[in-house]
Order: sequence, then structure tokens, then C-alpha cells
Amino acid sequence: MTQTVALDSDTAISPARLNHLQALEAESIAILREAVAEFARPVMLYSIGKDSSVMLRLAQKAFYPGKIPFPLLHIDTSYKFPEMIAFRDAYTKEIGAELIVHRNEPAIAAGANPYTLGTQNCCGLLKTRSLLDGLAEGGFDAAFGGARRDEEKSRAKERVYSFRDSAGQWDPKNQRPELWSLYNSRLKKGESIRVFPLSNWTELDIWLYLYAEKIPIVPLYFATERPVIVRGSQLTLFFDGMKLLPGEEVRMEKVRMRSLGCHPCTGAMRSEADTLPKIIEELLTFRRSERENRAIDHDEEGSMEVKKREGYF
Amino acid sequence: MSATATRDFEEFLEAHLGQELLRFTTAGSVDDGKSTLIGRLLHDTKSVYEDQLAAVKKSRVNRAANGHVDLSLLTDGLKAEREQGITIDVAYRYFSTSRRKFIIADTPGHEQYTRNMATGASTADVAIVLIDAKAYLREGRLLPQSRRHTYIASLLGIPHVVAAVNKMDLVDYAESTFSSIRAEFVAFASQLGLKSVTVIPVSALEGDNVVTPSAKMAWYDGPTLLEFLETVPLATADTRGPLRFPVQLVLRPDANFRGFAGQVARGVLHQGDRVMALPSRRETTVRRIVTWDGDLSEASYPQSITVELDDEIDLSRGEMLIPAGSETQSSGLPEITRHFRSMVVWMHEEPLVVGRTYLAKHTTRSVRATVKAIRYRVDVSSLDHVQADHLAMNEIAEVELETNLPLFFDAYAESRTTGSLILIDGLTNATVGAAMIVGAVDTEGGQGSQAALVVVARRAELAERLRDALEARGQRAVLIDDSLITNDSLTSVVRALNLAGVTAITARELSTEALADIVRSTQAFAEGEVVVGDGFEDDEILRLSGVRI
Ligand SMILES: Nc1nc2c(ncn2[C@@H]2O[C@H](COP(=O)(O)OP(=O)(O)O)[C@@H](O)[C@H]2O)c(=O)[nH]1
Ligand SMILES: [Mg+2]
Repeated sequence: MTQTVALDSDTAISPARLNHLQALEAESIAILREAVAEFARPVMLYSIGKDSSVMLRLAQKAFYPGKIPFPLLHIDTSYKFPEMIAFRDAYTKEIGAELIVHRNEPAIAAGANPYTLGTQNCCGLLKTRSLLDGLAEGGFDAAFGGARRDEEKSRAKERVYSFRDSAGQWDPKNQRPELWSLYNSRLKKGESIRVFPLSNWTELDIWLYLYAEKIPIVPLYFATERPVIVRGSQLTLFFDGMKLLPGEEVRMEKVRMRSLGCHPCTGAMRSEADTLPKIIEELLTFRRSERENRAIDHDEEGSMEVKKREGYF
Repeated sequence: MSATATRDFEEFLEAHLGQELLRFTTAGSVDDGKSTLIGRLLHDTKSVYEDQLAAVKKSRVNRAANGHVDLSLLTDGLKAEREQGITIDVAYRYFSTSRRKFIIADTPGHEQYTRNMATGASTADVAIVLIDAKAYLREGRLLPQSRRHTYIASLLGIPHVVAAVNKMDLVDYAESTFSSIRAEFVAFASQLGLKSVTVIPVSALEGDNVVTPSAKMAWYDGPTLLEFLETVPLATADTRGPLRFPVQLVLRPDANFRGFAGQVARGVLHQGDRVMALPSRRETTVRRIVTWDGDLSEASYPQSITVELDDEIDLSRGEMLIPAGSETQSSGLPEITRHFRSMVVWMHEEPLVVGRTYLAKHTTRSVRATVKAIRYRVDVSSLDHVQADHLAMNEIAEVELETNLPLFFDAYAESRTTGSLILIDGLTNATVGAAMIVGAVDTEGGQGSQAALVVVARRAELAERLRDALEARGQRAVLIDDSLITNDSLTSVVRALNLAGVTAITARELSTEALADIVRSTQAFAEGEVVVGDGFEDDEILRLSGVRI
């Protein structure tokens, strides 16, 4: 971290206490290395979002001057924004990472969508099922995920090493105690661990780090004039080929995405923030949490916990 | 943004990037108000989003009195927790003020969940122990759980303990009640040897002295809880001691680079420093400290770095770099032994029993650890030492452990990182215990004793008989028949044993090259100390192995 005044080399090498981003970075790198040392076949779940972008940079740092010693796995629901896919392909190529894309093709062919299935069922098929299949196909015993504990209440209970049984499921009441930075990587056949190197990062930390490190992110995060439609209570981005429902019309608004999910279920927000400092400033005045614009999380109280138990990350 | 606004904002960013991180944990009995207190801290520092607050307000559950919003719901995240109104598992929370960034481990007070308190405490800089003022009046003394948790805080080496005397609103904000609690708490804390203790009267429900000073307790002139958290000096002990750099991973991207990746566990490392590798005791010089952001001239706890050394010495995962010239503990050497005492917090339904062997993870090393003895169990209410032959869940004892390989450690009081280990049940893989090392039991002969390597290929029974014969003669010997030890790590294992004065015996078939590798890299072996035993009788092998019969 050499780009900013507070993080210049003087501070970075002082034996005084590290500042909070340096401390978080050191912890995350140690977690990534520990998992690579201990698991037979790790993989990184790469969602193309801002958290994944930070996690990917941390992986580059952890194994420098070597290459990232594991593949990236993207679970493509077929509902990702075209900009996301373009960014994914260009960026992973640029940094020389191995990318695996997994899709639940039978469900996609059968027309799985959130409108007729409901968000929970649609996510179950296109994300959770697809993720579990993708992990099983690759024979991965550990999967890095970019989830943060500050995102949602049930995530606040997650361990850094989150144990999953042979069906990929999470049992929140029976988690392994996790002390100091000593992680228990012992597994039986078929079991796996989700490793969360960003556990202790907050949304603000992520943005500060993206800024300090000049990490590229999908342009959808920055506000610009975009075609949108109002669908339900949500401002939805419109793009070519999208079917309009009766009564809907396309109009232009200056909007950005606060988090990137599937387009039918991730709303845009009106914003003037077209640079990272502006996004950070906006975030500090926000009174709403980042997952609020995702339909899935607030279907019912505790819905994230239910999804996580089933194997969602 | 205008030019000035941009400049202001960049100043803000700089200030924010330079913030320190403080980790704290909460403890206390169930219903003392821990979750409410954290909810209050989050709420009053404006760290709660509107939609989260709205969800709490419309929740079916509300246990707060006087029509207050139930702020405990902000942290109790699991379904069962909301329904039963209790905290089951550690929940981590984050907030920041203009002065610091905070990580909170909110831990449950139920006795069966004490292991989670230890979990939260293991990384904390500060422990907040809640004391229910009303319950204190009712009982006339501190509740056993408050004592237990204060004891665990001291056991886990948390530098600062603050007692938040809560529910002051229920005792008419009376100074006399606060004073008796403070007196009893301070007395108990000093009995535990806690060095930094602070006591603050609060009401989590009403918000008194949490973030804003209380108008109802004018008699109190100390800091609010938040002021305390923002200003308490952070410990720097770990950056001061002698260097400990446990190797996590060897990076070999190409034939020209061989780097040792890891996190500095203690002390400082400079480019150009002379360092010693354990267990080989080879000395060399730090050529470079490599990071993605460029080489560093020095790195300290807890930085993650990659070290390149001048000489091609053997060094692998689980091994350690320490200062060169370390001869004794006072000159920077860690303890190197297989037999040590440690305080163990037991975390599993199935009890710890003497004689059982568990897996242990210490820094980056995984070994087997056998429980040799329970020296005493601690009655955490009276702090008395009592006899015990097993440890049930949530019990704490001083235990003698013997590992199959030597560990390189410091006492936990010296270093939380190199003085701690976890115990894992090898059958279920559950994490069953947490151990804080007190010190070595006795030295195993140390350097220069008659350690040898005996290889009796494919003769497992003979290997066992040899081990028994040596032990019967008071020599230390270890059978390397463990699947944890791969042939790749054999050299390192034998070297470590040799350093601790322990003879290694194996019935594995080793190639001539592998054997040569071990002998070459283990300077300490003199001629005659490596025995390859095909066609020899037991006694002959013992004699040849340099072990006097
Ligand atoms: N009157 C009063 N009640 C409180 C206070 N703090 C917490 N409570 C109540 O005490 C009960 C237990 O609180 P909770 O935060 O769940 O306790 P925990 O089990 O320690 O997390 C709840 O009904 C709270 O509303 C306080 O300062 N004053
Ligand atoms: Mg609670």
C-alpha cells in the first residue's frame, strides 16, 4: 500500500501499530496463505463485485512474486449484467488468473427466473445448487469467499474457516470454536471449508482499500446516466434484450449500483457519485445497508440464515 | 465537488486511513445487558442503518422495558437467538468513530457457551465485563459468571479489563451501589493479577455513560465507555520481543526465487539481519523482505511478508526464523521442547482425559499432543486449585502435554501468538480445547545429548522394541510412524527431534538420497549416530546408534 500519504512506506515499515487497513490486509494475507498451505485443492469464489476485487488483490499480494496458486470460480446465473461478464473476462485475463465459469445449465434451459419461482427458489437453483455442483465437480476442499461479517446478521456469526458438511451445509449452532489465528482445517472425505479472508472488513474498509490501492472495479458502481425502469419498489437497469412488463417504460436517470447481483433482483440507486471518493462520501451519509437493494435478503426475517444453512456462501 | 470540498474530503480520507484498530469483547452473565450495550454503542455512534433499525422496530420480539426499542436485536442474529432472546454464538460487529475503528466480539453469557467467550477473548485488546447492578443488590455479591468471565479475560491475557456496571437506572443511579460493586470487582481483579482495570457506571437501556455522559450520575467524573475505548493505549508488547517468524509457505515461482512467506509473530525483522533457522540452527542473512508493494527495510508484528535469505538453507512450513546468536532464553531463544505445562480451556462435551492423544496446532505447526497429567483444575468461583482426572466442557486446568515433535514456543504471558495452541480431536476433527503455554516441564537433555536416527526399514515391531528399550534406559525416543509426517517433512522432523535430544526411530523405507539429505542437513549427527539397521540385532543397533547400553 504505497499510494497514499497515510500508507506510505514510512508508516508501512514503522514498528508502531499498523493502521487499520494494514492490519486487515496482513490478517487476510495470512488467512489466504494458511489455507493454501493446508488444503489440497482450494478455489476462490469470484463474484466480480467489489469484495471479490479486493480479495483478488489480496491473493496477488499473498503469493507475490508467484502467481495466484488456485483457480477462480464464477457462478454465472445467466442474469449477470453484461458489463460484469465483460469486466470478468478482461480483468482475469490481464492478471493471468485461471477462471472457471459454472452455470446450472439444465435450470437455465428450463427458464428458471425469479418472477415465476420467487427469489428464494431461483437463488436456490441458480446460485446455491450451481455453487455446490461447481465445487463438487472441481473436487475443491476449500473455497475462499468474499463475505464480510458486517454485511448481515447471520454472517456476523461466521467463522473465518466455516465448516460445511458433505452436503455443503452450514450448522450455525455447531461451529468450531476459533481462537487466535489458529484455524482448524481438518476434514473428512466430502466435507469442505469456506474460507472468508475478508471477515473483519467493513463496507467502508472495502471502498477505502479500493481507493488506496487503485483497484479496478466494474463501471456499474459509478453513477452515470443509464436507462432504467421502475419495477415494483425497485429501480431496475434496462439493457438490450430485456422484456418489459405491461405498463413499464424506459427512462434515463443518473444511477449506480451499490452491490452487484443478478439484474432482476438488484436495484440501482439514484446517485451523483462517479468517483471513489464521492462513493465513500456518499456511503458515509447513507442511512441504509448495502444489501437492502437485494430482493432476496429481506423476503422474510432470517432468510439469509436459511440460505446459508442450505449452502449459500 | 468543489476544490475545497475535495481537499477536505482527502484530508478526511487520510485521517481515516491512518486509524488504529481496537478489538474488544463483551462478557458477563446472561441478561446483564451485553447485547443491549453493543446495540446502544452502535446506535449512539450512528453505526446502524435506517433499514436495520426499522427491522428491529417492527420485530415481533421486544424485551426492552419502558417502550424502548430493543437494541439487543441488532446483534442477536440467529433465529433461535431472537426467539429465545439469548445470544448463542459469538457475533462480530464493526463500527468506527473519528478516532478509532472497532471490532466487537459479542459473546454469550450462558455457561455452556463459555468456550465462545474464550474465542472472543483470544484476540481482544479490551474486555468489557458487564455487571448487573440490580442483580448485585439482590445477591449481595458478584455473580459467579462475572467472576468466571473476568478470570477468563485474565487467563487469555487481555491487556485491559473494564467493568461496565449496567442497569444503573434500576438502582436509582445510586453512587453507593456503584461503589460497593467497584470495590468488590477491583479486589477480585487484583487477586487475578490484572494490571489495567477500569469501572464505569452505565445504563445500556437509557444510554447513560455509554456514548454520552450521564446527567443522572453527576457524582461520576470518569470517562464514558466510548471515551475509554477511544483513548485506552494499545499494547505494543508483541512488536518488542525477540523475532519469531513461523514459516507458513515456501514460495518458489521460478528457479531464481525461494521466499519464505509468513506473518511476523513477534518482534522486528530488518533487511540485512542475521537470523537463525529452527530447528536446523543454521544462521544466514536476510537478503530481502519482499512484498507486492516493494521491498521493505524492516517488518514487524503482525505484518505478512516474504523473506528471501542469503544462503540456500533448509527451511519449510512449521519451522521458524529467530535472531542469530540465540543461545539461551535470555538471548532470544524460544523454548524448544516436547513436554510443557499449559492452561487449558476445555470446549467439548466429551471430556479431556489423561492419557489421550489429540492433534495440536501451534503457530504453523501441526503435531500430536498427549495429556500426561492434570496438575490441578481451577475452581473459577473461588480460584482454588482442585484435583481432577478429567476436564468437562468449560472447565479450566493446568495440564501437562507431551507432543510427538518439539515445539518452539514462548510462554503465553510473553507472546499470545507463539504461546498458544488449539487441541483437535483426531477422530471427529472438532476443536476441543484451547491451551495457553505456561512453560517447559523439564529439559530433555538438550543439545549434545545422545540423539540418533535409527532406520529399520519395514520392521515396525523392531522399531517399537527399540523405542521401549531406549525409554527403559531413560533415553527419549520417538517412533516416526505417523501419517501426519510425510516423507517430505521427515528431514525437518528428525532435525527438530535431534535438537531436543530425542532419538528418532523409523520403520519406513528411505531412499539413499533421502537418508543422505537428512544426514547432511542435520549437522548435529556425528558419525555413528545414524544407523540403518538391515540385518542387525537389536542390541547391535542400539550400540551403533551411539546410545550407551
Ligand atoms: N432497565 C434496564 N434494562 C436493561 C438494561 N440493559 C439491558 N436491559 C434489559 O435486560 C434484558 C437482557 O438484555 P440483553 O442485552 O439481551 O442481555 P445479554 O444476555 O447480556 O445480551 C433485556 O430485557 C434488556 O432490555 C439497562 O441498562 N437497564
Ligand atoms: Mg446477548
